[in-house]
Amino acid sequence: MSIELGHFALILAVAIAAVSAVAGLAGWNRSERIALLMRQGAILQFLLVAAAFGALIQAFVTSDFSLKLAYEHSHSLQPLLFKITSVWGNHEGSMVLWIMILVLMGAAVSVFGRNLPRQLLTLVLAMQSLLVAAFGGFTLFTSNPFLRLSPAPIEGQELNPILQDIGLAIHPPLLYTGYVGFSVCFSFAIAALISGRIDAAWARWVRPWTLLSWCFLTLGIAMGSYWAYYELGWGGWWFWDPVENASFMPWLAGTALLHSALVMEKRNALKIWTIFLAIITFSLSLLGTFMVRSGILTSVHSFASDPTRGLVILVLLALFIGGAFALFAFRAPALRAGGLFAPISREGALILNNLFLATAAAAVLTGTLYPLLLEATTGKTISVGAPFFSLTFGAIMAPLLVVLPFGPFMAWKRGDLIAVTQRLAGAAGAAVFAAVLIVALTGGSISLAPLGLLLGFWVAFGAIAELVDRAGFGRMGIGQSVRRLVGLPRTSFSTALAHFGVGMSVIGIVAATAWQAELVTTMQPGESQTIGDHMVTLNGVDNLQGENFAAETGRFTVAGSGGTRQMMPERRVYEASGMPTTEAAIETYGFSQLYLQLGEASADGGRVVRVWYKPYVTLIWLGAVAMALAGFLSLTDRRLRVGAPRRVTAQAAAAE
Amino acid sequence: MTRKQKRLTVIAGLGAVLAVALTLILLALRDQIVFFYTPSDIHEKAVAAGTPVRLGGLVKTGSWIKNGDRTDFVVTDGTTDMTAHYTGILPDLFREGQGVVVEGAMAGDGSFAATNVLAKHDEEYMPKDVVEALKARGEWQRAGAGG
Repeated sequence: MSIELGHFALILAVAIAAVSAVAGLAGWNRSERIALLMRQGAILQFLLVAAAFGALIQAFVTSDFSLKLAYEHSHSLQPLLFKITSVWGNHEGSMVLWIMILVLMGAAVSVFGRNLPRQLLTLVLAMQSLLVAAFGGFTLFTSNPFLRLSPAPIEGQELNPILQDIGLAIHPPLLYTGYVGFSVCFSFAIAALISGRIDAAWARWVRPWTLLSWCFLTLGIAMGSYWAYYELGWGGWWFWDPVENASFMPWLAGTALLHSALVMEKRNALKIWTIFLAIITFSLSLLGTFMVRSGILTSVHSFASDPTRGLVILVLLALFIGGAFALFAFRAPALRAGGLFAPISREGALILNNLFLATAAAAVLTGTLYPLLLEATTGKTISVGAPFFSLTFGAIMAPLLVVLPFGPFMAWKRGDLIAVTQRLAGAAGAAVFAAVLIVALTGGSISLAPLGLLLGFWVAFGAIAELVDRAGFGRMGIGQSVRRLVGLPRTSFSTALAHFGVGMSVIGIVAATAWQAELVTTMQPGESQTIGDHMVTLNGVDNLQGENFAAETGRFTVAGSGGTRQMMPERRVYEASGMPTTEAAIETYGFSQLYLQLGEASADGGRVVRVWYKPYVTLIWLGAVAMALAGFLSLTDRRLRVGAPRRVTAQAAAAE
Repeated sequence: MTRKQKRLTVIAGLGAVLAVALTLILLALRDQIVFFYTPSDIHEKAVAAGTPVRLGGLVKTGSWIKNGDRTDFVVTDGTTDMTAHYTGILPDLFREGQGVVVEGAMAGDGSFAATNVLAKHDEEYMPKDVVEALKARGEWQRAGAGG
């Protein structure tokens, strides 16, 4: 019963969205009152989709296998958490989650957008509704999650075992919030193009949405990377796989958007480019979500894909992305260019940032789509692997990292490169010292790795130097400097923290790649092996029974600088599907990790064992977390709210 | 600088960076792409030893020999067999009779030295490249449905 109610709720939500979209787009400049209607429509859509989503969750939790989706992707023995995550561990359910977040964003705009000019609000909500109608319709017609089975099977087929993991509980909702959040920026961009009004205030209104989506996307990517690292058991944290690229491209474009919107907000410049980026970012999000879903791109770890839906998705993508760019080409020339600035200035630095990030996104896009194009045109099957991405992406990122610390030191309009270099000398010296010290301690040779490390330290110390300089340490008394530091606006801290996070990630990537140790060997029970300064001993292998799987568990003792610890990697076979998985065991020492994987039994009673020592590997993800935290910190800045126009000004603007 | 000069400086800078990036991408694409071959392709095209390629096909039944952490197996597309060897832990879903994609290069002795073995984490999965290669050679039948 509740499933049918959920089904009807989703149909009703799509219908309301369709009506809202048409009404809003047709009547945005006819009546002021339509804005109220749009806002109520957005809230209604949210409530209805929430009901539909709730009905699905209830069916999964109660193991109602008369629901086809629950039968195919859930099992009564699964722990409660994984029953819930099974809802979005498949194509249909993940579409509902996607739409759920879309309507949540629409409702949030409706609630927090009271101060927006009515016409802008109407257009934004109309665009959101259009997205809901299109993708909700797609879900209902091609991937309906509410289909029933009769007679109802007694037992379900179980969620893909490697998705039965806490990482999957968190990863898709975070990632989708990031992807879908950019829909708000997209809608704002389209609204600006349609109404022809765009100014610094527009950038201020869009900024919280960009920041919020960017934070979630950052966390989602980091989470996905960590999940692949420990769950897929390959010991790698990034594979330049199409799925990963799909999430990384909107991140690169979104990061560029975040920075270009700053220029627009502060200096009223770069308007057309910012609008363009807002469209590109969401287009890449759509491309990312649906290219993978449609099965057009095969990937080593894509799960819920079905090629038969590909065509419909391609048509939808072509309509939205193509339509947006057509509108852009048609309307953008009418937008007025803004303030002037010298090439050496804060604006110039931010343009450079945008240039490098956009180029990097283009390089990743090329590498991801090139095999597809080549196959379509010549029939040759190729793969563009990690070497391509490392080469091009690395080469594009390196200069960006070199110039990054200069940016925040530059003055708006006209900067002084020499003065900024002098103020950064301390950070540069410290970075060189740290890199040289580490290379000397580890006995490394002069190669790319120390240079990479140097870049990481340079960015991290540069971020700290900015705070120190702003607070005036060294130029005035300590007490006064501390007071100044505390009094700095939160955005200063968030800039420094985000850039520091970039430095952390770079250091982690370089260290874990260059200095990792790997050992693959066959071990007999009782045998010990040494990796770095850790001694790994295999005590034995036990057979264990889990809730819905049988496991072989290796008992290892690791002795080393961090004391003696137990590590228990597993090989599991899941009962319902008979599918084997490998559960790596990971021990963290400071920022470094020891990663242990149990292989199959060898003929002589031993075990193949794979051990990695990954120095400073956790910095990669901690850096990303720092970036996301910085984003949230920036969201709480008072100036953002004070800067937002009050209702009075909104009405005044409307009354013009 | 006049307004026009400033704008030209910016545009020239952007153009230079873009040109360098584009060159880099194209060069990398030329050198870094990895072709996908079936055992027959490798035979016909006489792929040189040491060229990185991806080899795809089925793991021949009865060919899987484990020796400590070294594995020997035969990849077949039904027409041609190719001996491959790999050192390390195989993916969970590496099975005889199942599809596999092996990254590596031809060793000098006519066997394939694998650096990475990919078997997808899904029972029904067959790498798309393999399906197409097998279809082209008339070897493909869809496995029965169900998990």
